[in-house]
Amino acid sequence: MLHPSHFAAFVLFALFASVVFGITQRDTPPRMVRYGVYCFVLFVGSAILLSWLMYFIAR
Amino acid sequence: MATTPIKKSQPKGGFVYLPLIAGWLVPGAGHFLLRKWGRGALLSVSILGMFLCGLAMGGQIHTGAHDILDMLSMAGDLGTGILYFLSRLMGWGADLTQTTVQDWGSRFIVVAGLLNVIAAVDAHNLRTGRKA
Repeated sequence: MLHPSHFAAFVLFALFASVVFGITQRDTPPRMVRYGVYCFVLFVGSAILLSWLMYFIAR
Repeated sequence: MATTPIKKSQPKGGFVYLPLIAGWLVPGAGHFLLRKWGRGALLSVSILGMFLCGLAMGGQIHTGAHDILDMLSMAGDLGTGILYFLSRLMGWGADLTQTTVQDWGSRFIVVAGLLNVIAAVDAHNLRTGRKA
């Protein structure tokens, strides 16, 4: 059975979702790549930001 | 600001919902039917990858609708098309989620189904000429 860390799990999630969003939400390959990267950065960036926020709230 | 016009694909004859149905049943198949090999392969790998990661994490395939959340999860699982029916047939997936990793796995499977529905609708839009 696969036991990824929380970080590895959300990076995997962000990767798969960003590829699908990039391909389906834009028309041309360069825009697809740009949008996919944008989604990936937003997924991972927001998760890291929220994690730090929860870390400080918990203290 | 000048924008470059995007060339839309022309609608073709035949059964217009075939890419939608094929894309739902087999991830990426809708795009393969339209000869969008690269897009189809990437969609297929992403959706299958997410589904298989979910199964490998011990995620649950929802088989019954006991409450509203189960019902929504089952609707998401059904989005994976033939993978859902194959999983039911082969008895893949956990009966109950008992660990956090298993819960993540269940979410991976549900989201794989939802992403597959988005991909199938995209294939339909390509088929009807709404998208290039």
